[in-house]
Amino acid sequence: MNAIFAQLPEVTPDNVSAALFYLFAIMSGASAIGVAISRNIVRTAVCLLFTLVGVAGLYFLLHAEFLAAVQLVVYAGGTLILIIFGVMLTSKSPFSRFEPKLAEVIIAVSIASILLFALFIGIARTTFASNPIETGIYPVDRLGQVLLGDYLIPFEVVSVLLLVVMIGAAYLAKGRKREEDETSKTTTMSRRAREWS
Amino acid sequence: MAMTMSILAQADQPTLFQRLVFDGTPSLLVQLIYGFALCATVFLGGVSLIAMFSIWWERKVAGHIQSRLGPNRVGPIGLLQSLADGAKLILKEDLVPKDADKLLFRLAPYLAFAPAFAAFLALPFGPDFTFEPRLSVGVFWILAILSVEIMGVILAGWASNNKWSVYGAMREACQMVSYEIPLGISIIVGIMAAGTLNLVQLGHMQGGGIHTWLIYRNPFVFLAFFSYFVASLASNKRAPFDLPESESELVAGFHTEYSGLRFSFFFFAEYAAMFVVGGIQAALFLGGWNDPFGLIGYFYREWTIAENWMGLFVLNVIGAGIFVIKAMGIIFVQMWLRWTLPRPRIDQVLYACVKVLLPMSCVLLLGAAVWQWLIIERAGIPWRDYNPWNFAEWVRAGLTGTLVTQVILSLVGIAGFTATVMWVLYAAASGRNIKQRLTDPDPIVQVPANLATAK
Repeated sequence: MNAIFAQLPEVTPDNVSAALFYLFAIMSGASAIGVAISRNIVRTAVCLLFTLVGVAGLYFLLHAEFLAAVQLVVYAGGTLILIIFGVMLTSKSPFSRFEPKLAEVIIAVSIASILLFALFIGIARTTFASNPIETGIYPVDRLGQVLLGDYLIPFEVVSVLLLVVMIGAAYLAKGRKREEDETSKTTTMSRRAREWS
Repeated sequence: MAMTMSILAQADQPTLFQRLVFDGTPSLLVQLIYGFALCATVFLGGVSLIAMFSIWWERKVAGHIQSRLGPNRVGPIGLLQSLADGAKLILKEDLVPKDADKLLFRLAPYLAFAPAFAAFLALPFGPDFTFEPRLSVGVFWILAILSVEIMGVILAGWASNNKWSVYGAMREACQMVSYEIPLGISIIVGIMAAGTLNLVQLGHMQGGGIHTWLIYRNPFVFLAFFSYFVASLASNKRAPFDLPESESELVAGFHTEYSGLRFSFFFFAEYAAMFVVGGIQAALFLGGWNDPFGLIGYFYREWTIAENWMGLFVLNVIGAGIFVIKAMGIIFVQMWLRWTLPRPRIDQVLYACVKVLLPMSCVLLLGAAVWQWLIIERAGIPWRDYNPWNFAEWVRAGLTGTLVTQVILSLVGIAGFTATVMWVLYAAASGRNIKQRLTDPDPIVQVPANLATAK
């Protein structure tokens, strides 16, 4: 029994964080494969949830707590909900399946393999500088100052982009309604929309 | 793994409990085992206890508001009712509908429960009674993890393959996504007055008595307290915003198809989330673990210098009690509203968010920013940096405006609180004793005149 314990790695902060790193890495990697493989759109979204949560866990390990919380609130809590919401509103059957054609599969696989190859080359050629944070506290306030100070213009431009998207969405939604009001006869489009909703 | 700078790596200072339990600094393995044991017993047990107590209390409050007794058979005044219900639910058959997406159907309750549970990680029950006090983004973490909880609800509705469930899930998604914005903005108004996201630090900052609580820092935070409360009702799907599970329209909404233990997971998640939301409100606005006189803050400071660990432990226990009482008070108001207010339609709910609450909270944010720009706030931690009750010192420091604002607002708050408590007590005292009314064989003493003549 003692021999087994002697062979086990010693418990140090580095070992514990290594174990947690592998846990989160396997979780996000495996569920990322799930995202690609699954044909049911909602299941894909669930796999994506686990990927995002795994990445958030990795951020936690890197002591980037703010980034981890942003990851959860923006991607897991916001984007993913919208994806599922979109599927719910638009799909005809409750379990809509995603069935790609052979040509689509070939194109997707080739693009993905090129990207993977490029990624491998990129990782192999780069030397990562390990640059630990000097203070023990993650500087959230400094992040805010940088975001609203040095990078104010990119920040504002991005928010203008979001505003444009919002106006566009509102216009589209409004346009659909106006069309229906003008023509008393139902178009194929709006009839189908009503069937689905 | 040199590149992963772990949270564990900075755990060099032993916590208060480790000081009390171990001699000296224990090894990491011992700390890990201790941490797991703490999670398994205190964390899991505490969360379950809070959820079970809230369920019992909700039924009791509902009963009294509707002139009933509520649960009163199992244990003294029905306290063990939730435990009995839990045992019943465990023994029930675990049904999965034939046409449901079985994997997702089984997964959904855990996805709803786990985030509500994880949110307790950052709740400050006391200065050292926090599971992860070093979390520098405590408030934001709780918001983030609660936003993941919606996923479980949506999946439950979707995987059930039932119209009512899907409608419930869709309403939930609408409601949560839209109410998260005013909720977040109201929190930001409070955070702006404090300048930190760490909930433990927030607690220390409010340790100087009732006038240093964040809600009384400026009038905009005072109003943000109420907008936060309304938004938290909606994001917790509590009445009057309980559209996702409105029983008169949708059977039971997203959990229509669930039975047994999986159903109880949703219940636990809901009540745990209620406590978390009430806990943030208590910690952010109402001073967290601090008493109205600032005694806990004062003695915490004194005894930390004197290294009186046992005294600090007692302070922590008292602080946790105060925190739980504050959060439970907020939960009581949530229940009170649930059993007295009618339910609006879903379009009215969304209208109230986008056109009323959202602009209001934006105005509050702007107002708070302008206020802080015009009137200098008292910075620092009470008792360490300044004496909160020495008003002459405030005036000497040129902070008369801040002092007057805080004192007036806290007087308004005390008056409002007293009036509410008096109201509840008056209602409880003036109504006839329910037990007497239920057991009275001839409750109508005086026959109305028209009935008497009809005879």
